[in-house]
Amino acid sequence: MRMPAGAFAERGADLELVGIQKRFPGFTAIENLDLTIPAGSFFALLGPSGCGKTTTLRLVAGLEEPTAGRILIGGADVTGQKPHQRPVNTVFQSYALFPHMSIIENVAFGLRRRRIPDPSGKAHEALRLVELDHLAQRKPQQLSGGQQQRVALARAIVNRPALLLLDEPLGALDLKLRRQMQLELKSIQEEVGLTFLHVTHDQEEAMTMADTVAVMNKGRIEQLGAPEQLYELPKTAFVANFLGQSNLFTGQVAGTTSEAISVDINGQPIIVALPRAHRHTGDVTIGVRPEKVSLHLDKPVTDAARNLVGPGRVIDVSFSGVSTQYLVAVPGVGTMVVFAQNMAFGPVAQEGTEVWLSWNIEHGFGLEDDPADVNAEAPKFPADTDTRSIAAQKRDALISELEEG
Amino acid sequence: MAFAAFATQAAPVEAAPRRRSRMALFLLLPGILYLVLFFLTPLISLLLTSLQAPREFGDIGQYDYAFNWQNYVTVIDDYLPHILRSFGYALAATVFALLFSYPLAYFIGVKARRWPLLQSLMLVLVIAPFFISFLLRTLAWKQILSDESVVITSLKALSLLAPDAHFTGTPVAVIFGLTYNFIPFMTLPLYSALERLDTRYLEAGSDLYAGPFTVFRKVTVPLSMPGIVAGTLLTFIPAAGDYINASRDFLGGPDTQMMGNVIEANFLVLLNYPAAAALSIILMAVILIMVSIYVKRSGTEDLL
Ligand SMILES: Nc1ncnc2c1ncn2[C@@H]1O[C@H](COP(=O)(O)OP(=O)(O)OP(=O)(O)O)[C@@H](O)[C@H]1O
Ligand SMILES: [Mg+2]
Repeated sequence: MRMPAGAFAERGADLELVGIQKRFPGFTAIENLDLTIPAGSFFALLGPSGCGKTTTLRLVAGLEEPTAGRILIGGADVTGQKPHQRPVNTVFQSYALFPHMSIIENVAFGLRRRRIPDPSGKAHEALRLVELDHLAQRKPQQLSGGQQQRVALARAIVNRPALLLLDEPLGALDLKLRRQMQLELKSIQEEVGLTFLHVTHDQEEAMTMADTVAVMNKGRIEQLGAPEQLYELPKTAFVANFLGQSNLFTGQVAGTTSEAISVDINGQPIIVALPRAHRHTGDVTIGVRPEKVSLHLDKPVTDAARNLVGPGRVIDVSFSGVSTQYLVAVPGVGTMVVFAQNMAFGPVAQEGTEVWLSWNIEHGFGLEDDPADVNAEAPKFPADTDTRSIAAQKRDALISELEEG
Repeated sequence: MAFAAFATQAAPVEAAPRRRSRMALFLLLPGILYLVLFFLTPLISLLLTSLQAPREFGDIGQYDYAFNWQNYVTVIDDYLPHILRSFGYALAATVFALLFSYPLAYFIGVKARRWPLLQSLMLVLVIAPFFISFLLRTLAWKQILSDESVVITSLKALSLLAPDAHFTGTPVAVIFGLTYNFIPFMTLPLYSALERLDTRYLEAGSDLYAGPFTVFRKVTVPLSMPGIVAGTLLTFIPAAGDYINASRDFLGGPDTQMMGNVIEANFLVLLNYPAAAALSIILMAVILIMVSIYVKRSGTEDLL
């Protein structure tokens, strides 16, 4: 697929990566990546620093040649095409605004190359979108980091490419502006039906904006799916801990029925619904999200639909506004994290309180990982905020906000 | 309270630049003295000499201070071809040096980044000729390009050159010599500009639908403009005043004399000091005008 001169892409193109591998001298950045992004979708690539996100985008843009594999855009093989021939634009992580050109010339650059009519009018329009039209005559060095980032966004978006690659395009913005730009991006994407490939560190951003999220780790895609699905049913320990927090337990499957498996965790049976468990025999790792766990001050009556552990002791309480995070040491099971909404004033349990924990067996999940690898592969960087679990709800809020606006 | 805090802060901010500028003046003093002594004084002396008139009943080479501005008319009348030739040759040499040096500097500064050893080796090779005297190198070229040399005789044997053709003494030889001698002055500033070139801008250009040639024209050239301006100035200015390459003892002939050669002849042979001085002033003035127009147009005023 080549760029038609003088006209914008009518709609997004799908992207297909087939068996992509990228080796740098002495380092394999990407090993055997297969990925299909349907036309018109908002696809987020999420992963820790250095996992190969930028490298993936550079391969798609044509700035890097794959060691093996093919890249197809809109069904056409572009593996051998030069960057300027591909119907792709990039918002670079380093912005890469031309220092010798004014802001407006930067934004109009791509339009002029493709002989789109009225380049400066369209460039001004794009600058208005990112609220920087009043700085159109300045040079990039005269802008703040966040302003430069918005210019980089305008410079790519103005071209309405069939496929837009965004490499952490909102990283330098404050929360309010970031949210506004997220809405802006989402509406541009939906309006024209463009395909967005959005790279980010920020899982909340990925979950709120994307139709599909892929979690990448060490040059491989660990799991891919709709945000809710990824969050509610993580396949690997990496995903379970990278997207929000998880309580993970390892044990042997003690019994299987047609509906559930029972896992023996140091003598304590924990039930996981069968469709939610990826492995059904042998050693398995199972888990539950902290906000799915309820805290009981008295031993609750046994309920076949709920797992019950305890008694344990609260070892830490941290209040974070909407919710309170409790760390509970449960003998035999380990330390568990519990998020409880602050329905009443203040925490319901203090440090040292004896508590029981329970959760619906429909809320647990069983990982695909071999438990032998899970402990070795614990993520080096734990989740950096406690509010990740609410991200899925925020996504709904964003969508309804979009519909209103 | 808050306003008072601002007021006490504002006062020292006002005073600081004044104190700093006095300090700056003090630091500049040696430089200013040097310029007055070794630049301004000779310049005034040169200007006065250029207006001198021959002493009445005096010997050859005896002149008196006067306001004889006709000297300028006379030298322009007598030497207009030399003046035009000087700037023409210098311009040609600058263009050739730029065409030769840009790819070289681009290779050393951008393509060879991955191999620092190759980079330093090539830079040494660019500078290496400086270890041998300028005069010796030019004389060597005279030998290499003389009518009896292997190069010229083989070219003639291969019928690539007419049997009665000469190379030394022609404008081509002089321009060749100028180009050759000033290439390092072009290459080094270009290299230092290109070595700093951030290739991410080139990638951004190609991502925005610019082909290799457009990226070169719209991104690489403007970003290396400081190097281009510095290199062309360092080549053009000395080349316009050069008198070695065009001299009959080196690569030139009777028809290739440049301003430097006629200034030399007037000073040392004809002892016509006012004419030589007037020519020097003209050379200087024309260079000054051309350079300031050039710098203005290339948008790199902050260089000067
Ligand atoms: N030109 C290169 N030569 C060698 N190794 C490279 C090169 N470019 C990237 N790498 C390596 O490839 C890996 C992936 O890099 P990449 O830039 O894709 O990471 P990333 O996921 O974008 O990280 P971040 O979130 O920090 O931007 C890193 O370990 C990096 O060191
Ligand atoms: Mg990156």
